[in-house]
Amino acid sequence: MKELKMIVCAKQIPDPEAPFSAVSVDTQKKIVSVDAPDVINPYDENALEAAIRLKETIGGFITVISVGASLSDTVLRKAIAAGADELILVEDPAFQDIDSNGTAYVLKKTIEKIASYDLILTGRQAGDWDSGQVGLILAELLGLPCVSMAAKIELQDSHLLVERVVPIGTELVKTPLPSLVTVSNEVGELRYVSRSKILAMLKKRIPMKKMSAKDLGLETEKVSKLELVELQPPPDMRRQCVFIEGVNLEEKAQKLAQIIKDSI
Amino acid sequence: MGDVLILAEVKESGLEKSTFELITLAKQLAKELEGKALSIVLGKDPTEAGQELRRFALDSVYKVQDPALEGFVPEVWLNTLEQVIKELRPQVFLMTHSPVARDILPRLGLRLNSTVTMDCVEVKVDPSDKRLLRKKPIYGGNAMAVLKCKGTPEIVSLRKNSYPMAQADGQVSELKELTLKITKDLVTQVLETKKRDIVELDKAEVIISGGRGLAEKEEFSQLEQLAAVLEKKGIKAMVGCSRPIVDKGWMSSDRQVGLTGTMVAPNVYIAIGISGAIQHLVGMVRSKKIIAINTDAGCNMFKVADYGLTEDYKEILPLLIKKLEETL
Repeated sequence: MKELKMIVCAKQIPDPEAPFSAVSVDTQKKIVSVDAPDVINPYDENALEAAIRLKETIGGFITVISVGASLSDTVLRKAIAAGADELILVEDPAFQDIDSNGTAYVLKKTIEKIASYDLILTGRQAGDWDSGQVGLILAELLGLPCVSMAAKIELQDSHLLVERVVPIGTELVKTPLPSLVTVSNEVGELRYVSRSKILAMLKKRIPMKKMSAKDLGLETEKVSKLELVELQPPPDMRRQCVFIEGVNLEEKAQKLAQIIKDSI
Repeated sequence: MGDVLILAEVKESGLEKSTFELITLAKQLAKELEGKALSIVLGKDPTEAGQELRRFALDSVYKVQDPALEGFVPEVWLNTLEQVIKELRPQVFLMTHSPVARDILPRLGLRLNSTVTMDCVEVKVDPSDKRLLRKKPIYGGNAMAVLKCKGTPEIVSLRKNSYPMAQADGQVSELKELTLKITKDLVTQVLETKKRDIVELDKAEVIISGGRGLAEKEEFSQLEQLAAVLEKKGIKAMVGCSRPIVDKGWMSSDRQVGLTGTMVAPNVYIAIGISGAIQHLVGMVRSKKIIAINTDAGCNMFKVADYGLTEDYKEILPLLIKKLEETL
């Protein structure tokens, strides 16, 4: 088998690991702002890791595509530093408040430009809206077989063997090429990319293309958007924490044991 | 016609509990939309589940029965549900936010030219235009979005524990069978299913969870010892973890607490070396008592905890185990 042509779809989102104190909700303007740097959606990083492992074992070419109203190549360059070969940023102000259907549509148009591919990978969901729809809709739009929630992906002859997470354990699924696979975190974290390597990348010219709605020949009114009727603040999760004090560890452990006993 | 259709999910011993929540919501919405509340159940032989559904005073209960519907084969279920909806033409289609919904609904929505909202916690009808108002947590539960969407049927998945469970009220509805063309030629094939002993964290009275603060997989053995002591005293205790631990492959995903793991609310939740990422907190914040052990006094876990201990867990746990053996 010649090298595997892979596409990884990656969303840029505010760091979902950010503390909740960094998140503020403007109910008037209906905007959530997160005071933390943007990152590649961690589940899409899992998808990229799966792609890089396939490339390492059998050889391949990885194109990373990101769609958004405002993208930062600083954030997305990490994908190249980790092992992707090419980056396509599809950026347009018209993509503000784009929904899952809209995103899948833009991805489809972009992928049709690339023309040939063997495997499309997406994360199981994105850590901002947690809808988990884009990958599955994209498969349907492209008429591809789809396997969701992959924990492991292998190529065997001319088809893929995907171990997928199911409630009772795992399922081994055989799917032909090309297919679309959504990847779960069981695949493992994206390999470590040192900061110095990412910084060095910033100075280099990297294989990156930028496209707009117009470049893709998209009619922007066909890109479906979220209709946000209302934005509400979250229910308050905070509690008053009592820190357990004591003269030594022994006393603290005793107090803690008593608390556990009283709470059961 | 504003009919509301739900898919009843079945487990080995009858209907999934979450189905009873769907029934509550379906009846509310059907009343407001002046339509019927309908239910469908799929399977190799879903008659028993169908009979159970009949006791909930729904307007109709339908079943689709075929050997190919055994277990959950996405392609078969997707094609079947598409036909069910084209046949019954509901205004609203509801499912529990289950693994089945996650796999099927996005694709079903596209096929039916509709927009799906996943993982809602509340669904209402806008009286002005009779469209649904779909409330869903976003940014890991840091905000709640209320959305209105295009397309009919309106399709929503409902997060578990969002509505009260319907009670069977004795009024028996009819069980009807739909005869459809069931897909047999599959593009994707399941070669093998590996069952694991699954830990049902939501059944625990006490959960002891570990996170990034644990440097090695082996360090979870102390957490297991603590659980074992509680078990010995007749308390249902289980070991859980935060997402990074599953990512590292140290624990299987059934032990993951959080938005993409299990949502839990035990009597006591003990978080060890967990900094408190939003997606974890959302999954355990309903616990009755939360105890956090972490050397970093500034970490978020303490903000949602009732009791905190800023000690090295490696030193405190052996002592705690000893004290619990004496105290309980």
